[in-house]
Amino acid sequence: MALQDKYRELLDAAKTAGVSNFQVIEKEGVLYVDGEAPSGAVKDQLWSIYDKIDPNFLAGDVVMNVNVAAAAPGTKAKVTTEKSNLNIRKGPGTDQPLIGKAAHHSIVTLISKTNDQWWLVRTDKGEEGYAYAEYLTPEA
Amino acid sequence: MKKLLVAVALLTASYYLPACKSGPKDADIKTEVEAALATEPGYAGVSVAVAEGVVTVNGEVADPGSKSGLQSRVESVKGVKSVKDNTSVAAPPPPAEPVIAADDPLTKGVNDAIKDYPGVTATVNDGVISLSGEIKSADWKKLKKSLDGLRPKKTDPTGLKIK
Repeated sequence: MALQDKYRELLDAAKTAGVSNFQVIEKEGVLYVDGEAPSGAVKDQLWSIYDKIDPNFLAGDVVMNVNVAAAAPGTKAKVTTEKSNLNIRKGPGTDQPLIGKAAHHSIVTLISKTNDQWWLVRTDKGEEGYAYAEYLTPEA
Repeated sequence: MKKLLVAVALLTASYYLPACKSGPKDADIKTEVEAALATEPGYAGVSVAVAEGVVTVNGEVADPGSKSGLQSRVESVKGVKSVKDNTSVAAPPPPAEPVIAADDPLTKGVNDAIKDYPGVTATVNDGVISLSGEIKSADWKKLKKSLDGLRPKKTDPTGLKIK
C-alpha cells in the first residue's frame, strides 16, 4: 500500500474529477492506475500531479492508463503535430503503407477509435485511413 | 332454509379456524424470511427451509458481517421459533490483477510510439519497456503517456537521459 500513499494526491484528484471505471492495483512495486477521464483537461491535470510527485516519471513505479472518454464518431479533431503533416495509413501501425497526409493544424473527422493509439479518420480531402492518436486533439 | 345453511357454514368454518390461530404457516414464514433476506445482496446464496416455525438457513453468505447479522434478521420475522444457521462464509475474491499486454503487440505499439523520437531506443521483455538514449523532457512526458497506454507491466526509464 506504500505506493498508494506516495501517490495519494493523484488518486484523490482522479476520484474528485470524476474519472469513471477508476481502478487502482498495486502489484510488485508498480501502481496501475486505469480509468476514463471526463475530459482532456482532467487527463492533463492527472499527468501533471504525477509529474509533481515523481518528476520526469523516473521511478517507473506507476503505469497510468487514463483515457479521455471516447469521442462520438463524427467528431472533428485537429492535427496537433509539432509542425509536420500527419501520416494517414492503410492500417493501424507504422508498418502499414501510407495512403495520404493530413496537414499540420488541419481538421479531420473521427470515424472510429480502433484503439488508444490509432484512430480511423477522414481528412478534409476525403482520404480515409488510420492516424496516430497522440497527434489528434478532438474539438470540444 | 337459507339462514340455516349460513349458520351451518359459519359453524363449520369456526370449527376449522382454530387450527390456523397457532401462528403463521411454515410456507408463509418461508416467504417472509426470504423477503427479509432479499434486501441484502450478501444473502443471495442462501436457501431457507421452515419446519414448524424452526427456520434452517443453508448455503453461503458473502462476508462475515452478513453471517453475524443473519440470526437476528431471521428471528425478527413473525412466527419464527428458532433459527438454525448452517451457512458458511464465502472465500474473499482474489485481488484484482493488472492487465498486461503480451510482448508482441506491446513491441509493435512501442515501435510506433518511439518512431517520432529518433534518439530513443526501447526493448520489451516480459511486459517491461526499457528505454535508452536521449530525449527532451517535454517529449518524454508525451512518450510516457503513449507507452503507459499500451498496458506494459512497467515503463522503465533508468537507461534514458532526459535533457
